[in-house]
Amino acid sequence: MGKTTAEKIFDAHLVNEPFPGTKVLRLDAVLCHEITTPIAIDDLIRRNKDRVFDPTKIKAVIDHVTPSKDTKTATQAKILRDWARRHNIKDFFDIGANGVCHALFPERGFIRPGYTVIMGDSHTCTHGAFGAFAAGIGTTDLEVGILKGVCAFRQPKTIKFNVNGALPKGVYAKDVILHIIGKIGVNGATDRVMEFHGSTIDGMTMESRMTLCNMAIEAGGTSGICQPDMTTVNYLWPFIQGEFASKEAALADYSQWRADADADYDQTIEIDVANMEPTITFGYKPDQVKTVSELAGTPLDQIYIGSCTNGRLEDLRIAARILKGRKLASNVRGILSPATPAIFKDATREGLIDIFMEAGFCVTNPTCGACLGMSNGVLAEGEVCASTTNRNFMGRMGKGGMVHLMSPATAAASAIEGMIADPRKYL
Amino acid sequence: MKTFGGPVLFLDRSDINTDEIIPAKYLTEITKEDLKPYILEDLKLPGFDPNGPKTKNARVIVSRANFGCGSSREHAPWVFEVNGITAVIAESFARIFRQNMFNCGMAAIELPKADLDLIFSHAGEEDAFMSINIEAGTLTMNGGGKQKTFRFDISPFDKALVLAGGWVDYADLKY
Repeated sequence: MGKTTAEKIFDAHLVNEPFPGTKVLRLDAVLCHEITTPIAIDDLIRRNKDRVFDPTKIKAVIDHVTPSKDTKTATQAKILRDWARRHNIKDFFDIGANGVCHALFPERGFIRPGYTVIMGDSHTCTHGAFGAFAAGIGTTDLEVGILKGVCAFRQPKTIKFNVNGALPKGVYAKDVILHIIGKIGVNGATDRVMEFHGSTIDGMTMESRMTLCNMAIEAGGTSGICQPDMTTVNYLWPFIQGEFASKEAALADYSQWRADADADYDQTIEIDVANMEPTITFGYKPDQVKTVSELAGTPLDQIYIGSCTNGRLEDLRIAARILKGRKLASNVRGILSPATPAIFKDATREGLIDIFMEAGFCVTNPTCGACLGMSNGVLAEGEVCASTTNRNFMGRMGKGGMVHLMSPATAAASAIEGMIADPRKYL
Repeated sequence: MKTFGGPVLFLDRSDINTDEIIPAKYLTEITKEDLKPYILEDLKLPGFDPNGPKTKNARVIVSRANFGCGSSREHAPWVFEVNGITAVIAESFARIFRQNMFNCGMAAIELPKADLDLIFSHAGEEDAFMSINIEAGTLTMNGGGKQKTFRFDISPFDKALVLAGGWVDYADLKY
């Protein structure tokens, strides 16, 4: 019997199996941000264990509330900053260099096929786009990861998604993943890895694959995983060209992490995208989805384009294409938050930032802020936001606020009309 | 090991998420104790008051499927812990929340729906009280003059974490 990608990664990283069903894995990357790490740091200090297992495998960023908005958030940033300096963590990204963790770390080439990755952040599953096993964990697992470089997991089962067909006009990775979550439910993949295959995924950029894997957690998935291929190699090439003689050699090496043809899956789910429509959430759970035709006309107060789901250059290009020469409707306000400084610079160079500003958008620095109602775009009671983020829980972007999750294209079309609108007429 | 059992808070809905348990705006607190007033602040359920005596007195939460879905924030178990709640009983849990509970030496116990339906039949009773024996894998629901014992399974690893008082102590010993 062959193995899934996650099974191969588990086998290659196994430290031991302390009890049947629980596997302790060696970690290749421990990612940290200023919300969930400071309490781990404080606890390590309190236990007189203020150490790190390997400063080169720890990456840290201030991203959730940045620049700090008050004394408390400034204190969180300071704890992380002081700790990174104290332990000589070179890959620490402070104000000016910081961006949304799940956009920034891949962009820096930190995530490679076959890696084990943890972070005290549920959307860590994003990094599975590279053929890695990447799981969100809590502060205690993070603390042990920082100290020992290991993490315990139940061996997850794997659901195989065969996603096939050409994406229709106006339909993107975001629509595909919202459709999948709608199909399997918010706990449809609990204790499961979501392994994505098929011609649609093969044709996706790394950015789109990250969007797809980013929302695996919204179906309860431990990690999303895409199969490493030449697209993966091309994305990573600037960082790996010293390691391999050629791209073909890199591909041959990374292909060891591809699932075997005779791997054993918990379930196999076929998804045909050929007739898929732009997809949007309507309730307070990410599996409550409808097509744009069903929701068109829903009044809005705010448009938010950004986040670890859809704040990358590709997303900004798609939205800008629709917004070019057009204006925000008078009843809505628009916020764009490019996910990293590099994306911000590229978008400026390409003239995208101009398009957003001409349309009437406010452009913020890279930050997670508004997505979870912490800063830079919090909703008032009763307000409705069209958002390219990943979570529509009640109060998520502000107490009493409502969030409709959608693609950057649908968000841009909705910005123009001031209500949920079909992007296809603008493409 | 922590102590388990006591008055029960019934939350009769599936998919109760971490934002409902502790909204993100409170994640700027640096100490666990500072989270205490904000327990379940954004949870809207008929008859539920996050500031009421039932919440204050509770030592156990009983809920439905996919409890703790959403964010990885360990602030969710912590806000329970600082309010004296050390166990959550549910039909199923989101993975990260479940592991966070055990990593803190707390208990996330799964029971079949039929058992939970029997436990939920005590929801209106003022004296609803649960005793929990982690080592034996049993819990006993008391209330309205009735008593019933249920068996549960937690994985050997999770049980070891509860007995050790959490993952940091355990891992430091073993790795």
